[in-house]
Amino acid sequence: MLKDEDRIFKNLYNDLGWDIESAIKRGDWEQTKNFISKGKDWIIKEIKDSELRGRGGAGFPTGLKLSFAPKNVGSRPHYLVINADESEPGTCKDRDILRFEPQKLIEGCLVSSYAISAHTCYIYIRGEYIREGQQLQKAINQAYEKNFLGKNACGSGWDLDIYIHYGAGAYICGEETALLESLEGKKGLPRLKPPFPALVGLYGCPTIVNNVETIAVIPSILKRGAKWFSSLGKPKNTGTKIFCISGNVNNPCNVEEEMGIPLKDLIEKHAGGVIGGWNNLQAVIPGGSSMPLLPKNICETITMDFDSLIKVKSGLGTAGIVVINNDQDIIKCMARIAKFYQHESCGQCTPCREGTGWMRRMLDRMVNGEATYKEVDLLHDVTKQIEGHTICAFGEGSAWPVQGLLRHFKKEIIKRCHEEPLIKKKSNIPYLIDQHLLEKDSA
Amino acid sequence: MPKITINNKEIEFEEGTTVLQACELAGAEIPRFCYHEKLSIAGNCRMCLVEMEKSPKPIASCAMPAADGMKIKTNTAFVEKARKGVMEFLLANHPLDCPVCDQGGECDLQDQSLFYGFDSSRYTENKRQVKEKYMGPLIKTQMTRCIHCTRCIRFATEVAGIPELGAIGRGEDMEITTYLEKSMESELSANVIDLCPVGALTSRPYAFEARPWDLKKTETIDVMDAVGSNIRVDTYGWEVKRILPRINEDINEEWISDKTRYACDGLLKQRLDTPYLRENGRLIKTSWDKALKILINKFKLLNPNEIGGLIGDLADLEMIYSFKLFFETCIGSKNIECRQDRTYINPYERINYIFNSTINGIEDSDFILLVGTNPRLEATILNARIRKAYIKNKLKIFSIGDPGDLTYPYQKLEANTNTIKEIVAGSHEISNKIKKSKKPIVIIGESALHGKKGQYIFETLKNFLLINNFIKKDWNALNVLTQHASRVGAMDIGAYSINEEENFSFFDKLDNDELKFIYLLGADNFNFEKKDKFVVYQGSHGDKGAEMADIVLPGAAYTEKNGLFVNLEGKLQTAYKASYPPGDAREDWIIFKNLANMMKKPFGFNNIKQLHELIKKKMQTRLNFKEGKNNKIEFIDDNILVKPIDYYYTNSIARSSKIMSECRQISKKFLFTGIEKIN
Amino acid sequence: MIKKISKFQPESFEFSEANLLEAKNEMKKYPKDKKGSAVIALLYLVQKQNENWIPLPAVKYVAKLLNLPYIQVYEVATFYSMFNLSPVGKYFVQVCTTTPCMIRGSQKIKNLCRQHISKNQNELSENKLCSWMEVECLGACVNAPVMQVNEDYYEDLNENETEKIIQSLLNDKLPSPGSVKNRKNTSPENGKTTLLEVKNA
Ligand SMILES: Cc1cc2nc3c(=O)[nH]c(=O)nc-3n(C[C@H](O)[C@H](O)[C@H](O)COP(=O)(O)O)c2cc1C
Ligand code: SF4
Ligand code: FES
Repeated sequence: MLKDEDRIFKNLYNDLGWDIESAIKRGDWEQTKNFISKGKDWIIKEIKDSELRGRGGAGFPTGLKLSFAPKNVGSRPHYLVINADESEPGTCKDRDILRFEPQKLIEGCLVSSYAISAHTCYIYIRGEYIREGQQLQKAINQAYEKNFLGKNACGSGWDLDIYIHYGAGAYICGEETALLESLEGKKGLPRLKPPFPALVGLYGCPTIVNNVETIAVIPSILKRGAKWFSSLGKPKNTGTKIFCISGNVNNPCNVEEEMGIPLKDLIEKHAGGVIGGWNNLQAVIPGGSSMPLLPKNICETITMDFDSLIKVKSGLGTAGIVVINNDQDIIKCMARIAKFYQHESCGQCTPCREGTGWMRRMLDRMVNGEATYKEVDLLHDVTKQIEGHTICAFGEGSAWPVQGLLRHFKKEIIKRCHEEPLIKKKSNIPYLIDQHLLEKDSA
Repeated sequence: MPKITINNKEIEFEEGTTVLQACELAGAEIPRFCYHEKLSIAGNCRMCLVEMEKSPKPIASCAMPAADGMKIKTNTAFVEKARKGVMEFLLANHPLDCPVCDQGGECDLQDQSLFYGFDSSRYTENKRQVKEKYMGPLIKTQMTRCIHCTRCIRFATEVAGIPELGAIGRGEDMEITTYLEKSMESELSANVIDLCPVGALTSRPYAFEARPWDLKKTETIDVMDAVGSNIRVDTYGWEVKRILPRINEDINEEWISDKTRYACDGLLKQRLDTPYLRENGRLIKTSWDKALKILINKFKLLNPNEIGGLIGDLADLEMIYSFKLFFETCIGSKNIECRQDRTYINPYERINYIFNSTINGIEDSDFILLVGTNPRLEATILNARIRKAYIKNKLKIFSIGDPGDLTYPYQKLEANTNTIKEIVAGSHEISNKIKKSKKPIVIIGESALHGKKGQYIFETLKNFLLINNFIKKDWNALNVLTQHASRVGAMDIGAYSINEEENFSFFDKLDNDELKFIYLLGADNFNFEKKDKFVVYQGSHGDKGAEMADIVLPGAAYTEKNGLFVNLEGKLQTAYKASYPPGDAREDWIIFKNLANMMKKPFGFNNIKQLHELIKKKMQTRLNFKEGKNNKIEFIDDNILVKPIDYYYTNSIARSSKIMSECRQISKKFLFTGIEKIN
Repeated sequence: MIKKISKFQPESFEFSEANLLEAKNEMKKYPKDKKGSAVIALLYLVQKQNENWIPLPAVKYVAKLLNLPYIQVYEVATFYSMFNLSPVGKYFVQVCTTTPCMIRGSQKIKNLCRQHISKNQNELSENKLCSWMEVECLGACVNAPVMQVNEDYYEDLNENETEKIIQSLLNDKLPSPGSVKNRKNTSPENGKTTLLEVKNA
């Protein structure tokens, strides 16, 4: 188990105080000026060497991403945008950083903004996090009072302003380009890529978008060295990570642990075990709702890092672990996730707009045992027709959980299905479809 | 040049090409719904998926820039599967109501589902129902059919410059609508009907009129303004059912104005189908023979100098030429005029009355000065080009005179001839801006040319441009924006009464009662006191001209004859006959030919072919014609007001159209467009 | 479903002086020619001023203030789920029912709302003080089941406590937010397993 001294977020539960004075006592802002004096290249190299991968879901190497920003600032300013949209079901880690470790994030913003030559940083917080936003704003104000922000921030010679921008209830705004659209005052519709935000982002200017956790760990990496960070976890899956363990466990909690920790350890040691005992475990969603679930047998041995989870056709995602025990109807659980995706689809591109609703309706019927055997394969086809055909990764996010269900619980579904005529007597059918079937029925 | 491989065929492409365009270059057809050449790329329908080497996912070819060395496949099983998947989704919630859908037979979805559709539907859920939306008198909606391609939204925002359409809600409940369902405030609105790939937006006036395969299609030219938009006229029997745009990249690209499209129901109403004679104050039907005889007798009674002829706005070259010929050889009068009001024209050089920079040239320009013109209403399509240029180059636009919302921002200058004086003297802030620009455009409208100040404004500006070397072979900044389809052609043919001293001699004669006989050739916008003058009206519609006439001769409308037109840029185009004149109405040149025959006068030609030869010769000499007259410039202190235009009522056809009058009613309610100014 | 738009609309809308000032401050966050970015913030202000819902005249008002087309503001107001286009209760209860909350019993919370507030979602309670609605993941899954009342989260709900909260709301009183089990934020309920020894230096 990770030693407490190696944990980055020491105030994860707010035992020590979130205010700037307490944060400084924990070591925040200690060497910020020093980091910046070492130059952009040094900062980016340290982050690259630490092998930090983005904590927002996709696990993209952060150092590499920062290096995509143009080296010289042209006529267009650069921006850093922090993704605090945290809407992935099963995930609530950024929330704790925003309210209890805000100075880590703010310090990270300053260092990263400097590294990508940005003088303005926007933090995009999901609209529901009103209290968290208010607390963060206080923290930002405190940082301004101490001259850690603003002109010559922290004596570094770099100017930086940080603004909070609220979302208003749209999961899709977590997708980085949709987030930028939303930040520009439009609907959150993902953009076509290329061009990528690093070159054409907010207001058409070079923009780097990173998750809250990603940016908040950067000061610690710089302070303790890339070596320290990369020595934790596994190769290419380094460092620590906040895991959110929710669902049917005795003590749901957030906990910062080493990457690559066995899933079973997390559940048993930190979350007090599965309700009803380990044997009552049915499945686990390992990385937020977008990631395919894992059945019990895989959960026995799987370790929690990007690459191991990819091997079992799932993913670490946001590390939001949802534990589902045998008391739950697994199909219903997934049908509810499908409903989530239907509700959150932005509607821009065809496969996602039309496919999410279709999946949800089929799953709803499967829950109630009203589906036909044929539909099990059809459901799979539909997920395949969405996956890979959409503008953004929402398509995959909506298709994968259903694929996971079909992969591991197909029998369960088939058990419940039974063949029945499609059109039931006296059901209310709109005039446009399958009139001939109706007529046959009444004939 | 970079190279791209498409289906194993290597082709070269220009920088900035998309994969979809490259595929087309290579002859590989790509299905699409959202992509449209003239609109920004949305990439949302996902129908254009292709396979790209090294990419595990298919890519949307419309949105992917082609890059050197790319390897693309469009004909693999992988691609077909992807497209079939998308097609199934598109059809999932699309009603299967083709038999009752007006788009049937020209529906992209219908066509492409033949290739990519499954033979039966696997979607067994209830289909989505979407409430109809009101979008004005021209557009009929059936939003359940919408496939959310957003072409209509992009057209409204980008081309029409009216950000009034949008998609509200999200996900599968997303709906296309105007703000609170008010009608679209644009003279280009109906183009969304052509753009909509399905039957969600269809033509309201044309609703359930015909099926496309039953219609005869004639490619011809529009006459509602002087732009000369290329159109296709669809007829059923002799009835014009609808008018659609034809692509002409140099003129209208692929848009037409709502007036061009929908004034056509005016072709069926108020038509003159037989000659009339005024008896005891009332117009009585009569025969051609009788009407023409009376006419000839009248000629004989008068001194040729007392006879004047006025040409209307919709006249083609055949009409104008034979009219002029008739006046000169049969009557012996020189009193003909193609202007219906005192709009100054300097006829001694062709560049003086055309749009020299050309419509295409607008896109290259870096500076535009509008002088007394409202291009949005005077030449809608040309205005769309200015907007396009604005979007593309963010060029500076200034206006002397206040034309209101032009769909792009411009800066208003003091609306007075003094402004011009200052510009020319170099004391105005924009003088230098013009001089420094590379390809300036000065557009002089008819409002500026009207009356006494016209000569000063035109000649001063022309001089200024000449001196600054902006009137040369490769760029001519001098532009006159005329509103009438017949004007440039009539000027080319010489159908005007202008001499060195007097630009408006025809009108002076009229005012001094020197003219006793007025022959109106489709001239309906001419205001004069009739008194004891004898008036003949020859034209297609019983409108203002016919109302005051003593003899009415029925002519053909623009869709009912072959005819030559010269557009405002000076381009000669041919209009083709799509239908027949009603009843006893005749093509106009035949009427003059008949008159000449009856008068036993020699006429310069015997048939249409000879007439065309004559016209061609005339046009040829005109092209190089220059008399280098140095017109005197005398300062006139006057305001430059942009005359209000009754857009939907500018000519007799439009005035007869029920649809135009509906549009007019609604447009009166509009105060502002999309964005209201904050005061 | 497209959001329901209230049939009853006020004649006009204008920000109060204080809100106008705040709106201007919001606009200052963005570059001069990008004031449109503040549209979400301004719509929130409208909701704040207008009993938590956006009347149509306010859509126009905000559009004019930001120099945006009406339709764009309207699009935004209908796209984001947190904007209400028809009146909601003074206490607006949003129950998360997404899977993590669902498997910890959000159905029961929903039933309680049904029982005590109103039979259907988005309807006012009899005393017109409350309304409730089902929402997607609120981002507090470790404290499931959760519900949001106006600006605050109520976490680790059970039937007993939820009923108390609802009753209190119906009596026009906002109970103190947070975990009803008095557990410390997202730490494990039965005592921490990590960060046992840490102190501020
Ligand atoms: C549908 C969708 C939703 C997303 N939601 C979030 C989110 O809520 N928070 C987040 O940080 N990243 C989210 N992401 C990932 C972002 O697009 C992006 O990859 C991330 O912000 C990059 O930051 P990182 O490199 O620090 O991980 C989402 C992606 C998709 C496709
Ligand atoms: S109405 Fe037609 S053009 Fe507009 S989005 Fe729908 S399908 Fe496309
Ligand atoms: S044509 Fe490419 S996505 Fe629609």
